[in-house]
Amino acid sequence: MDLLRYGRSPWGETILTHVSWNLFWASLFAGILFFLAHATYMLLSAHHKRPEAETDRLEAANKDLPVKIERHGLTARLFHWVMAASMFVLLFTAFLPVVGVKFAWVQWHWIAGIVLTASIVFHIIHASFFLDFWSIWVGPKDIPEFKAEILRDFGHDVSGPKPGKYPLGNRLYHLAIVVTGIGVTATGLFMLKRIRTPFFLRDPYIMSDSSWGVTYVLHGLAGVGLVGLVIAHVYFAVRPEKWWITKAMILGWITRRQYLEHHEPSRWRVGRQA
Amino acid sequence: MAVIRDVLPVFELFQPTTIDDAVRLLDQHGADALVLAGGLDSMDWLKDRLKKPRAVVDLGQIKELRGVREANGGLEIGAMTPLTEVVKHPVVRDKFSLLMQAAELVASPQIRNQGTIGGNISQDTRCWYYRGGWTCYRAGGNICYADTPTAINREHAIFDADRCVAVNPSDTAPALMALDAQMVIRSARGERVVAAENYWIGPGIDITRMNVLQPNELLVAIRIPATMAGAQFYFEKVRDRQVWDFPLVNVAAAFKPSGSNIGEARLVVNAVAATPRRLRNVEAFVVGKPRNEETAAAAGQMAVQGAQTLKHNGYKVPLMRNLVKRAVRGSEGAAWTS
Repeated sequence: MDLLRYGRSPWGETILTHVSWNLFWASLFAGILFFLAHATYMLLSAHHKRPEAETDRLEAANKDLPVKIERHGLTARLFHWVMAASMFVLLFTAFLPVVGVKFAWVQWHWIAGIVLTASIVFHIIHASFFLDFWSIWVGPKDIPEFKAEILRDFGHDVSGPKPGKYPLGNRLYHLAIVVTGIGVTATGLFMLKRIRTPFFLRDPYIMSDSSWGVTYVLHGLAGVGLVGLVIAHVYFAVRPEKWWITKAMILGWITRRQYLEHHEPSRWRVGRQA
Repeated sequence: MAVIRDVLPVFELFQPTTIDDAVRLLDQHGADALVLAGGLDSMDWLKDRLKKPRAVVDLGQIKELRGVREANGGLEIGAMTPLTEVVKHPVVRDKFSLLMQAAELVASPQIRNQGTIGGNISQDTRCWYYRGGWTCYRAGGNICYADTPTAINREHAIFDADRCVAVNPSDTAPALMALDAQMVIRSARGERVVAAENYWIGPGIDITRMNVLQPNELLVAIRIPATMAGAQFYFEKVRDRQVWDFPLVNVAAAFKPSGSNIGEARLVVNAVAATPRRLRNVEAFVVGKPRNEETAAAAGQMAVQGAQTLKHNGYKVPLMRNLVKRAVRGSEGAAWTS
């Protein structure tokens, strides 16, 4: 199976041109396989939530917490859904032609790319200055939680730490999206020089053919990676036990019980009522 | 640039004698096969070794693909009919002289003897960067060498460029579109009929193809309905030299009068985009108006709205404007404006 495609430059050099679309099918297959495997596993696996009795006890002890706890502010939610819409437009315009649905996709694609880039820039500023920036990142501090989650997955009743604001899977997913998202938007911004837009004079000679080849390959790799990641994201968003998180991304809040059931209050502190 | 080697690459040659056999071969070999009609486009690719098909399906022995037949007041032209035969056919000359004019201006007499109508409308673009063998968008790469600040792009597109700026070089294609022709396409799965307007496809839809033909499909005939039979026709082609050259711009027009005004109109310009460009807005504008200088001038202006020129093809805008103006006015004596 070819992973990369090559062409010849006017100087007779062999240059990279694209990723092979075989990788798109591989990513699509991997995404579908993942959700099938995970869904099967979830039918058999242990539960992640706190035991009901423990949650009851915590709820009784935390009556001063608000009934509705804000998880995502309006700005963060708007960003998320704008980014989601642009991501779907980008993926459909990129890959529908590959699977045989032919249409004039380029203009839709670059416009959606601009929207995605703008929303990412906005998100970086918003998260840096108005949100708890470090709450979404993973690092050595999360190793105990990681161990506890793994053990819970294997059916052990572990008293280890619960997540802060974002579950570990959520944070790992965010990291993967950061890597692929920056890869796809950074290369995409350069690629705008290759097409007609109101922003730049079209000029493909700002880089050498081989540098462009690497740019296209990185864009393609990030793009096909996003296919699998988006499938996984949509899958988790619609899973019944994750629905409370999805609902929070729509409405902005979770209940006090959900907060106590799924989170470690010491790692995600919320304001208490007087 | 490509090195002309004059020695064909190795391929398996098939010379079927029926359409069914040809279609079966195309189905069997798919994208590995090259269809050879008159060979005037294909031989370039083969001699330059830019296309190395495993199989070549030569249609020259299929008699049912040749000839002009009258049908329902119109015509059915076999895809392998030589252009000279199309030009000489009495019904073409009598009722559809637009096609005769267009076909007569293709290349040279020798080429018209060898070249077929199916090949002429299905030929690949002449963009020299693409035909030079470089891996441009149209060749499956990621660049258009013709649309750069330093490119030589005198012959390239002023409309509908989508990464690729190559143009359709056919003379008969705009004439057939103006005559509301239909393309009969056969494959192992059966037959489909595609309106001329939908036969050619631009780079936005598929950057590696000029028309809707799939690798396993064969254009077998072109049907011209009676719709525009005997109408007032106009065809003009502007090229760098007066024989054996591709159009810089050409225009094909058909008008049906209604009293002293235009009752029905078809206007198509080619070599300005990757597909023949039907000027529907101009057609709608001229209907109900007389074919005079005023209507023609306005039509010419309207025709070039939205044109986007490259570094060296700005001349195509006044050229197209004047050709449309002359087509609507209906006289070669119409004044040119720059």
